[in-house]
Amino acid sequence: MKYLASLITGILFGVGLGFSGMMNPEKVINFLNVTRTWDPSLALVMGGALAVTLITFPLILKRQAPLCDKEFFIPQVKDIDQYVTVGPAIFGIGWGLSGICPGPGIANLATFSTPVFAYVGTMFAFLVITDVFIDLIKKKAGN
Amino acid sequence: MQIVNFTPVDSLIGGVLIGLATTLFLATTGRICGISGIAKSLMRSEKIEGFMWRGLFILGLIIGGFIYIQIKGTGNTAVGFHDLDPKLFISAILVGVGTAYGRGCTSGHGICGIARRSGRSIVATCIFMFTAMVTVYFVG
Repeated sequence: MKYLASLITGILFGVGLGFSGMMNPEKVINFLNVTRTWDPSLALVMGGALAVTLITFPLILKRQAPLCDKEFFIPQVKDIDQYVTVGPAIFGIGWGLSGICPGPGIANLATFSTPVFAYVGTMFAFLVITDVFIDLIKKKAGN
Repeated sequence: MQIVNFTPVDSLIGGVLIGLATTLFLATTGRICGISGIAKSLMRSEKIEGFMWRGLFILGLIIGGFIYIQIKGTGNTAVGFHDLDPKLFISAILVGVGTAYGRGCTSGHGICGIARRSGRSIVATCIFMFTAMVTVYFVG
């Protein structure tokens, strides 16, 4: 069931990304281009998604457990630390450079376009390298 | 400032579908549907089960992209937009490093995090939106 739920979520999310326009980097860059040629569409993507999740998330989280697992896996950290300030700052610069963030990058693999494969491959590699690096530093600090 | 290519109906439909997808994911698996986190953990899964559901999610994302292209064509995709230029690689490196270090991307922080009223995610979303806009202002 968990496998099926993951697959269906991925498909729904991918079709949603297509309709949203976020698979088109040019459109994303126009959304970010607030001072010149602005395309406000992506504000409606976030608005549409949040209109659903702002209502459904609190209702679901009131339950004891999810349907296919024993417990919820929700991040518990509350501090505004360097992770959620420096990290997103770096991510934003990368996003602004190409107009592609992780989800639309992966969904765009369906276009079989070589630059997309190069982008996604590089992104995956640096996700893992960074994560391994953070683990090493934490381990060192712990000893 | 000039408004261009505004597609309110399609973008709203897309947003609602993404909202429903993340809702389904939380209700069934009990997890936050953050793409960068799932992609990262997929590569570092120690158990076959964790690898399987993450892999199926990523596969679904690609199938979803494929279904969209069958319905609407490749007009609103990355086909033909990017060359294999250094900018694309620099972007992919910064997105990989930034989302791994920053504990999430547009989906995990921007949609799921805000939905559960996480202060960390609200801060993260404001910061990446801001630096992305500044980057486009100078480079775009």
